[in-house]
Amino acid sequence: MDALPVVLTIITASTPLLLAATGELVTEKAGVLNLGVEGMMLVGAIAAFATAVSTGSGLLAILVGAFSGVAVAAIFAILTLTFLANQVATGLALTIFGVGLSALIGSSFVGISLEPLPQLNVEFLSTIPILGELLFGHDVLVYLSFIMILLAGYFLSKTRPGLILRAVGESHDSAHALGYSVLTVRYLAVLFGGFMSGLAGSYLSLVYTPLWAENMTAGRGWIALALVVFGTWRAGRIAFGAYLFGAITILQLHVQGWGINIASQFMTMLPYIATVVVLVLISQDRTKIKMNAPQSIGKAFRPAK
Amino acid sequence: MSQNKAKSKTGQLDEPELAPLLKLSGITKSFPGILANDAIDLTVKQGEIHALLGENGAGKSTLVKIIYGLLKPDAGTFEWEEVVLSLSNPAQARSLGIGMVFQHFSLFEALTVCENIAIADDQKLNLKTIALRIKEVSDKYGLPIDPDRYVHSLSVGEKQRIEILRCLLQKPKLLILDEPTSVLTPQEALNLFATLENLASSGCAILYISHKLAEVKSLCGTATILRNGAVVATCNPKLETAKTMAELMIGAKLHNIKRPKKSGSHDNRVQINKLNLKSNDPFGMDLENISFDIQKGEVVGIAGVAGNGQTELMAALSGEVIQTGSHETIFFDGVGVSTMRVAERRAMGAGFVPEERYGHAAIKEMSLKDNALLTTSQKLNLIKKGFLQSNEICDLTHKIISDFDVRTTGLEMETGNLSGGNLQKFILGREILQNPRILIVSQPTWGVDAGAAVFLRKSLLDLAARGCAILIISQDLDEIFEICDRIAVLYQGTLSPLINTESASVDQIGLLMGGKTTE
Repeated sequence: MDALPVVLTIITASTPLLLAATGELVTEKAGVLNLGVEGMMLVGAIAAFATAVSTGSGLLAILVGAFSGVAVAAIFAILTLTFLANQVATGLALTIFGVGLSALIGSSFVGISLEPLPQLNVEFLSTIPILGELLFGHDVLVYLSFIMILLAGYFLSKTRPGLILRAVGESHDSAHALGYSVLTVRYLAVLFGGFMSGLAGSYLSLVYTPLWAENMTAGRGWIALALVVFGTWRAGRIAFGAYLFGAITILQLHVQGWGINIASQFMTMLPYIATVVVLVLISQDRTKIKMNAPQSIGKAFRPAK
Repeated sequence: MSQNKAKSKTGQLDEPELAPLLKLSGITKSFPGILANDAIDLTVKQGEIHALLGENGAGKSTLVKIIYGLLKPDAGTFEWEEVVLSLSNPAQARSLGIGMVFQHFSLFEALTVCENIAIADDQKLNLKTIALRIKEVSDKYGLPIDPDRYVHSLSVGEKQRIEILRCLLQKPKLLILDEPTSVLTPQEALNLFATLENLASSGCAILYISHKLAEVKSLCGTATILRNGAVVATCNPKLETAKTMAELMIGAKLHNIKRPKKSGSHDNRVQINKLNLKSNDPFGMDLENISFDIQKGEVVGIAGVAGNGQTELMAALSGEVIQTGSHETIFFDGVGVSTMRVAERRAMGAGFVPEERYGHAAIKEMSLKDNALLTTSQKLNLIKKGFLQSNEICDLTHKIISDFDVRTTGLEMETGNLSGGNLQKFILGREILQNPRILIVSQPTWGVDAGAAVFLRKSLLDLAARGCAILIISQDLDEIFEICDRIAVLYQGTLSPLINTESASVDQIGLLMGGKTTE
């Protein structure tokens, strides 16, 4: 088996998870639990796909995908932050809504296939054997996924707005008492989460397959959520988890190809189970978990007037 | 009550030329069902230490939240340096030079000291500059602290230091402190007073909220006393006695309780031998080698600053956390109970009143009747063949309400609507009516108004007189000295030897609370 194409497909399999998990990391760090990642991804996927088919512009498709994620996240934000609806129930409803809406819009796009996004080849560099192919010559979203997780990690730990966001997620009452607008911070965090989920969905329908199939996210939104929790809200571990999942997804396909006598259903389960088990095992330190877990996650904020 | 309202005892020595820094007139604020602030007038001058005295629920917290911009008054004017203003948020209050130290800290446990201070800093300095300024200000006022420590690893006294430093970095003109000494040892409190006097002499006005009269007398030059949301008096605490101020606060005569002489009987009801316990909470405190005993009819007090293992000790004694070690460490009536669960320990005649009233002692969303059943069903036979005995439960609830003077709207009242004092009377009443042989109570009167506190303490003494062995875990030293026969101090998870109250001094206990032993 040639290693390079395997590694390249692993990157492709991991990117949507990394994108969605980055968004959810920021959302949860602000103290909001948005279980609607799967729904936002699906809406982003069909919106991007429909745009690409009708306009032929990849960039426009990505933008439309991302902002459809933002639009769906906005519904969640209004319901849970302004109207104080239960975050868990609203998030679940959002996923169901996303599945239905994307299937409805997508019904006329089933069976159409698309040219994948162009690779951003750099003259000369991309022609270096192995390294050139590995580092250069991906599409724009792969680079963006790396940049965003690095930026999110830096933003949260090193910048003042990041500090405020963490403070809001840690204790919204204290942050309010210090004069910060809890709602503004949370709205922005939820919308950012929607943006990243929309990008993740776009990646699936524009690059990964690239075609539209109903429910094509296949639980990746839920895995992105699990990555954030089991990665104990740390950017590095979340990236590691995303790649672990991607790697096992691809490798188990190859293993199946070798004709080993294990039921394929078990092999398909493997990435989901292995990712969670590995992350749980490396995140055993309870003090660290308590330090990184946003304490006011999922709680509605009602300031006294 | 209302004839007192206009009464203003002036013993003011301030020079007349000092313009008021803060002047509130006619501040009124109501919440559904209560008038929290009723036309309050308050004037604070530059450089004075002004006490705001009152019972729980008198409206002190509401008033300071209005001053700090957290709440908006329904009526009244707010004048700052002779300019009428309307504050819309705390950031605006801070920009005027108002700083506030909260009773329940507004700190972020998962952030460092430096980050905690940076986030409250309106000048948006970077962390390095902040760390330098922290050092500078903490040296100046004698408040040592390491900027890189995580807040969860600090003691309560150190956490308060951060809150104060956080305000001082803003160079405030008015510093508001809400019950600052409730979490400090007596010695730590003295250090705080020195810092505050130092601050006041440099021109910063201090609004000092408290219900502890002795410290108000020694620290403050003016006191405004609130009762039921209205100002009942303004006085110079140095010219008043603690008793007169207490009566103004409560609006009634205070009765002292007398602790009866101990009978001296020896009947070992509770024996703890070398109890070790690792805390379940990563930020908690492990218990080490705890040993003590309680005799029949005796009240034993465990003093100590919160966070020194009280939660863990209570959980171990009540059976919320079960010992797994090979040898017995906890004996009730001579029987080892280490591996028994809460209900089994209760069946042996023990009663427990945990510190967290909601979540451990009672359920907020359930009715009084249902809450009455929770701990009594076994002993009082209130469930027969799986069916609730409705009449008996109602009778019991009625009895708790009438015997313990719980002010309610009825048996079906949602427990969450009880005030702190009434709730604690209900919880303690529920345990006492089961006639326990052993009663273990954590923070019996924390956050309870003085009238109810006296009643609760008296109930505990009466119960001890009937032979019950009582353990009190409390942060309130006055309370411990008032009702306990013997006292021990919990510090960093270890317990000092028991000391007879007659031979103990507040200084000695205070030093033990800070981890020092008397030479």
